[in-house]
Amino acid sequence: MLTILFDGIAYGLLLFILAVGLSITLGLMNFINLAHGAFAMAGGYITVIMVHRFGISFFWSLPAAFIITAVLGAFLERTLYVQLYDKSHLDQVLFSLGLIFMSVAAVDYFMGANQQIVNLPPSLDGRLQFFGASIGYYRLFVIILCSLLTIGLQLVLTKTRFGSRLRASVDDQRVARGLGIDVSRIFALTFAMGSGLAGLGGALGAPFFNIDPTFPLKFMIYFLIVIAVGGTTTITGPFFSALLLGVADVAGKYYVPAIGGFIIYTIMVAVLIFRPQGLFGRVTGR
Amino acid sequence: MTSLAAGARVATADPGAHLVAKARWRWPEFLLWLFAIALIWLAPSRYLLFNEIAILALLALSIDLVLGFSGIVTLGQGAFYGLGAYTAGLMAKHGIGTFPWSDPLLGLLGAGLVAGFVGFLSSFLVLRGSDLTRLMVTLGVALIVQELGNKLDWITGGADGLQGVMPAPLLGLFDFDIFGRTAYLYSLSVLFVLFLLARALVNSPSGLSLRAIKGNVIRARAIGIPVERRLVVIYTIGAAYAGIAGALLAQTTQFVSLDVLSFEKSADALLIVVFGGVGTLYGALVGSIAFKAMYDVLASATPEYWSFWLGLALVLLVLFARGGIIGLLTALRDRLDRARSARA
Repeated sequence: MLTILFDGIAYGLLLFILAVGLSITLGLMNFINLAHGAFAMAGGYITVIMVHRFGISFFWSLPAAFIITAVLGAFLERTLYVQLYDKSHLDQVLFSLGLIFMSVAAVDYFMGANQQIVNLPPSLDGRLQFFGASIGYYRLFVIILCSLLTIGLQLVLTKTRFGSRLRASVDDQRVARGLGIDVSRIFALTFAMGSGLAGLGGALGAPFFNIDPTFPLKFMIYFLIVIAVGGTTTITGPFFSALLLGVADVAGKYYVPAIGGFIIYTIMVAVLIFRPQGLFGRVTGR
Repeated sequence: MTSLAAGARVATADPGAHLVAKARWRWPEFLLWLFAIALIWLAPSRYLLFNEIAILALLALSIDLVLGFSGIVTLGQGAFYGLGAYTAGLMAKHGIGTFPWSDPLLGLLGAGLVAGFVGFLSSFLVLRGSDLTRLMVTLGVALIVQELGNKLDWITGGADGLQGVMPAPLLGLFDFDIFGRTAYLYSLSVLFVLFLLARALVNSPSGLSLRAIKGNVIRARAIGIPVERRLVVIYTIGAAYAGIAGALLAQTTQFVSLDVLSFEKSADALLIVVFGGVGTLYGALVGSIAFKAMYDVLASATPEYWSFWLGLALVLLVLFARGGIIGLLTALRDRLDRARSARA
């Protein structure tokens, strides 16, 4: 019971790290980037390549995954995404779907279609007995790292000058621009950060998920649920919705394996019926 | 510029006449349908391919109704397509009823009803929330149906697909032959009838109010259009259309696999609509022809990397050719018109 809760929290925190970039970019630019999962996949493959092809330590692959995907994100944002901000949601959806398909085929071409398994470093392998719950070291590591990241993110958003500019831009882009805030620069930075976090999440998740080229498609629905349920105005909304989704998904698959796959959709439908604006979202005209 | 001003003058003088004029049949439309019929004699060896194109076109048409005319971005039309395919497949497999109750046309009806009913139920979820929520709901519904199709393998055959689909002869007269002649004629006729209905629908007052909703929901509501009801109706109709397309597939290929429910199917159909031109009806037809042609060329070379070309096509379309094929043709025609009026 406690084990499942623990695993669920680890999974939920991971989902949060994966999705938070999407949440902020969506809130900021009202841009629907379905290809967010492709950055996570990139992070996962960077880990696979570094650990298994070059024998570099798993711990070094994490910052590498963050930096490489962040740079990749910044590059794509400046070259391609920037042309789509004033276009319709349909265009954005089609465009990012196109990117997904291209990334899926490209990864298939270079890495093959089979699942990649990342072996954990020996220091993170093994389990710990704690009040009758069996806790994997790696899950503990994920929880601690993701919690630190979340706290860090919250501090950046609330305490720094960049954070207040970012929040101002999310609240009202035009007024923020009028006050001399360079919204497009903030957006580029945020996009890079978000992609980097997704890459880091993909790297962290690689030992859990056994990533393969269809990763962006498989996780698209998770991202959408996290954000639609959590709202895009804060990061606490997505945080709680990711935790809820993680725990519900893990518990559902453990207790009722036959219908476990349907649990997350049930949550989605229930939330939509009772709180169409999302669990934590505020009612806005947008 | 002059033609625009003239159009505006007509519109203010008599909006009804202007709209009727806009809904009139034009010669390229006749040409396209005549060509589709002529294919029966022109290329008798490719019936199976034409049949596939006709079915894809119907699926794309269902998306165009929902997306192009009502502005609902959907990622899950494949759910209704698959539901229709399984409904018609099961009806044919278990041979429900005897002649005339075993007719494939009743299979179409059953598939349309089942898909339409599920579409009706899910439309209430689709109505809620923004574009993002709609993406999530349409994708979520599609994934639920796909998961069901996989799990209920004693009904659907699971990953092996539904085998032994034996549709009765059409109207008790025409057997489905292995060359697909009956199949193509059947699919083309169904497509034509449903196309006429869709054409009438989008030019009817109800269809015009849908366009108003797509243009601006708040204003549409303010002038008294029942937004929710209209969207429920069109989403249900779109689902039924997709279901009938699926039924055609099940009956003419006599097999249903889980692929009909895959996300790629929904994405393909969405691409077809965008490829042809969103909100034009004919975009669905032209788009599916172009799509199949593209598929034949690219996928026959490297089938496993087909999705790369698909993605590239989507990206390029969004960046450079927003109106699709129909959009390009209209732009061309407008330019010709302007050149002619400049000379006169």
